Amino acid sequence: MPAPAERRIIFKHIDEPGYTPDLACYLRHGGYATLRKALGMAPATIIDEVKKSGLRGRGGAGFGCGLKWSLVDRKSGKPIYLVVNADESEPGTFKDRYIIHQDPHQLLEGIMVSSWANNVRQAYIYIRGEFPHGARILEKAIAEACAANLVGPNVLGSGYSCEIYVHRGAGAYICGEETGLIESLEGKRPYPRIKPPYFPAVLGLYQCPTIVNNVETLCHVKHIVDVGGEEFAKIGTPGNTGTRILCVSGHVRRPGYFEYEVGRITLGQLLHEVCGGPLPGRTFKAIIPGGSSAKVLRWGETFTLKNKDGSTRTLAVEDIPMDFDTLAACGTMGGSGGVIVMDDSVNMVEALANINAFYAHESCGQCTPCREGSLWMKKITTRMVHGQARTEDGALLQGVADQIAGRTICAFGEACSWPTQSFLAKFGDEFRAYPAAKAAPRPESVPLA
Amino acid sequence: MNLKPETLQRIEEVIPHYPVARSAVLPLLHLIQEDAGYISAEATEWVAARLGLQPINVLEVVTFYPMFRQQPIGRRHIKVCRTLSCALRGGYQTCAAFEEEFKVHRGEVSADGEVTIEFVECLASCGTAPVVMIDDDLHENVDCARARELSARIRAAAAARR
Repeated sequence: MPAPAERRIIFKHIDEPGYTPDLACYLRHGGYATLRKALGMAPATIIDEVKKSGLRGRGGAGFGCGLKWSLVDRKSGKPIYLVVNADESEPGTFKDRYIIHQDPHQLLEGIMVSSWANNVRQAYIYIRGEFPHGARILEKAIAEACAANLVGPNVLGSGYSCEIYVHRGAGAYICGEETGLIESLEGKRPYPRIKPPYFPAVLGLYQCPTIVNNVETLCHVKHIVDVGGEEFAKIGTPGNTGTRILCVSGHVRRPGYFEYEVGRITLGQLLHEVCGGPLPGRTFKAIIPGGSSAKVLRWGETFTLKNKDGSTRTLAVEDIPMDFDTLAACGTMGGSGGVIVMDDSVNMVEALANINAFYAHESCGQCTPCREGSLWMKKITTRMVHGQARTEDGALLQGVADQIAGRTICAFGEACSWPTQSFLAKFGDEFRAYPAAKAAPRPESVPLA
Repeated sequence: MNLKPETLQRIEEVIPHYPVARSAVLPLLHLIQEDAGYISAEATEWVAARLGLQPINVLEVVTFYPMFRQQPIGRRHIKVCRTLSCALRGGYQTCAAFEEEFKVHRGEVSADGEVTIEFVECLASCGTAPVVMIDDDLHENVDCARARELSARIRAAAAARR
């Protein structure tokens, strides 16, 4: 079956010739009409529309946005904060970058609509430190919007006031974890908080109720208010509504970002038709479908999935629709939408050594299983690549990885052990054969660790 | 502390944006590092005093976040992405090309003080791998040939300054 056409809602103007990040351009394209509309709606109605839309968070966990909002403690008498997670740092993910750099007012409008819906008077955009130009573009956009009375006191004469401020991170991946992000925004080390009691919706920033939403998620909120929750829910597939941006990198002919209705395109269509297939003379070997912490899929494997009526069906890896639920049923996740492709030039031990180095570098060090485990997994795979490799190293790695997940404060424990566990489950032979394989010349391979 | 007047002015603008002064630790450290090139022990104490914190509260932040440094670096900062998508497209070779061009190992300052080369983790531009940041600017699809071009440009800019 041919791949469906892209459906660009969030990325409508990305890379469009002549489209600039300034307010005048955004207004020429109908910008801030949704904010005007939203200010005429009751906040509870907007929250209802978002619930009806079925929107699931685009940052990684796929948690229902309307549900997240409904958990906010609105009776505490304390201010409610909105924190925009623009810390885009899951390896393989590169979508928010383009919204921030090319269409910042779309994000600001999403923030203002969401803030009005949740009675937020102060929103912070937490942007990763490696986007210095992005931070300046956002600051300029906020200044323009303030001057036009679209952000700030008494927005468009409505009596509603809300400030937006840009806060830069400083290179730590763990700040993408929402409670770590909150600690960082409070000026501390980003050690994730234990839940309970520190659910952001109740005890978040400055111990006040706080909503943390991803950049892409907030842009979707703007479009939900635009068309209505029910209309939005018709896009995509049931339970996996809307569009999502899929970022493809690694060994394909045409890597890049593509916006599709969720679940309407399969992994095979995406990689073969949209991305042009494998590089000349190569074949696909392994796919990480949702950012580097998602469990790896082996090209050629099949899955037996349960249908709703109790019967089963067999699904080949290339036929997996790119939605949250099917990817989860196949033992991995849609995560942040970052698809990393590896071809047959890659030795999986070396790829894992690269990933393990990342997680060892980024573990915040708070919980012993993760701090020690991520470091030992890195040490073992690095030794395999650069020192002596032993046939029993796979079993050693398995022993370390199995003691991390579920024993840490935040999901980093899972994120750092899933790559090792899934690489061993899907490519265990390669770990056992590595001592022999590394001795043979492999002119087609590039160093990964 | 010997900060430029415009840095001091921006510091005073930043602080009121937060209901709790401690939140201004990261922005103040960014401003000081942009001005002075690194975070000195004196700067750590200065930020603590300005925000009513203990120096350790600032030092623990400086030592945690990879972008903050306690020593000066080269005039130009070359950050090569090390993570998987870039590595798959030759990021390690790109880094080696820069090291050869400036005859310096990553993590060190070149003999003339001109560059520091570093491996950094994912820069979120995996579709145009390998990517490199030179100071504040992102460069995409930086294979070895492109790394040599960029190096020549850095050397030319240095020569023009002398």
